[in-house]
Amino acid sequence: MPAIRDALFATRRAPLLSVLSITTIAFSLFAVGLFGLVVLNIRAALEKVEERVEIRAFIAEKTPVEQIALASGEVAKYPEVQRVDLVTQEQALERARRELGEFKDVFEAEFLPPSIDVHLKPGYRDPESVHRVADRLKALTFVDDVRFGDEWITQLYRLRNIAGIAGIALGLAFAAVAVIIIGATIRMAVLARSREISIMQLVGATDGYVRRPFLIEGFVKGVLGGGLALCLTWIAIRIIGGYLSFQTVFFDQTVAVVGIACGALIGLLGSAFSVGRHLRRV
Amino acid sequence: MIRFTRVTKEYPRLGAALSNASFSVAKGEFVFLTGPSGAGKSTILKLVYMEERPTSGEVRVGGLSSVTIRRREIPQLRRRLGIVFQDFRLLEDRTAEANVAFALEVTGTPRNAIANKVSRVLTQVGLASKANSFPRELSGGEQQRVAIARALVNDPLLLVADEPTGNLDDRATRGVFQLLREINASGTAIVMATHNLDLIRRSDYRTIELNRGQIVFDSSEAAQAALERFAE
Repeated sequence: MPAIRDALFATRRAPLLSVLSITTIAFSLFAVGLFGLVVLNIRAALEKVEERVEIRAFIAEKTPVEQIALASGEVAKYPEVQRVDLVTQEQALERARRELGEFKDVFEAEFLPPSIDVHLKPGYRDPESVHRVADRLKALTFVDDVRFGDEWITQLYRLRNIAGIAGIALGLAFAAVAVIIIGATIRMAVLARSREISIMQLVGATDGYVRRPFLIEGFVKGVLGGGLALCLTWIAIRIIGGYLSFQTVFFDQTVAVVGIACGALIGLLGSAFSVGRHLRRV
Repeated sequence: MIRFTRVTKEYPRLGAALSNASFSVAKGEFVFLTGPSGAGKSTILKLVYMEERPTSGEVRVGGLSSVTIRRREIPQLRRRLGIVFQDFRLLEDRTAEANVAFALEVTGTPRNAIANKVSRVLTQVGLASKANSFPRELSGGEQQRVAIARALVNDPLLLVADEPTGNLDDRATRGVFQLLREINASGTAIVMATHNLDLIRRSDYRTIELNRGQIVFDSSEAAQAALERFAE
């Protein structure tokens, strides 16, 4: 197929320019990918913290165990609730001694009230949902008090929102910069071949014929650049993870494929745009 | 074959490159365009192969009009023309054979037909033995012959040559001109822009002289007759 051969010709004729295009795509996507990974890891860390969001409802004295068990079953049916743990006085004491070891002698039997500890499902750990469940628990007659670290949850949720918005805004900015840099590099490659394009047109080549090898070249460079970016990101995150002694999260298979597809798409669209602009001018 | 009707071409910063030019070229005719630099010779040729469109007036080439032609029809027009330049415009990384074949590939000619046609046309320009040479391995005259072979390979009705001997020594000039005469003798019309008055004097072909964008002389006594023939 002449288009594939012409694309190969172009790569062979200007190998440095081709390598420059691929590395530009790779490093631009690497910056986006690295930033994406930072966001992903922050989110993963916040999710782990969020798992600790729980509502503790303290049970009034002399409440029959059967009634508590029945109520726990009802609470477990709330749509927001993932799990309900019934904590007896003995278990509460044991937990207090374990968590606050230096004060273990202070605690005595029956010093702490029994409670039901309610764990919420992911997506229901925001302040609004936590308040809603807490209010329902407060309404139960045998519940003395409800604690859930109101301020802590609000702060956590704010942090999560800031991380999310900053992630999207900076991610879009990084992606825009990447597209501009890649577009400029591809435009340079097109300009380097403007003489060849004019010869093609003079012998009667259609715009589609002229465009085809550029599109193939852009696509292949995009795939190679995307693949290289993925490798660089993987190496970088391994190094960072090792340096920080931190269990890092990497893109799953789907995101990796989407990343390479993005590279291919940027290469393809960048070429189509650059060569199209060039063709309109001549 | 070609008809210019009151054609004016103006460029935004340079002004008029061609003013109110009218002439026609019949099938099989050989026409010299001559005149000083900037007279409008290359502009006429660009208007013929529709790299430029007139600011006013109409250019008709092989039945296609500059007024109505669409962008996607221009490649079809150029496949019916052969175009040759002073600087040859060959692809440096391809052999003579590949440069000529290139003009057929863009038209979608089957691969087995390409080899035969390329071989025939390289023989016609006297370069059969240099088919596998790259442009840098060929002399100026040989490179221009490759460019002419590329222009001829699609069997054009009209060959447009913009100073084809401008970069050649006398010997090569004579060779290339003789080749163009032979091509014309086989029925292909030729419009050739040139500064070389020797070539014009040595032949009795029609000459159109331009100065500052205007036709100041047309040697063809039959110009009007050709116009009427075209109109028919």
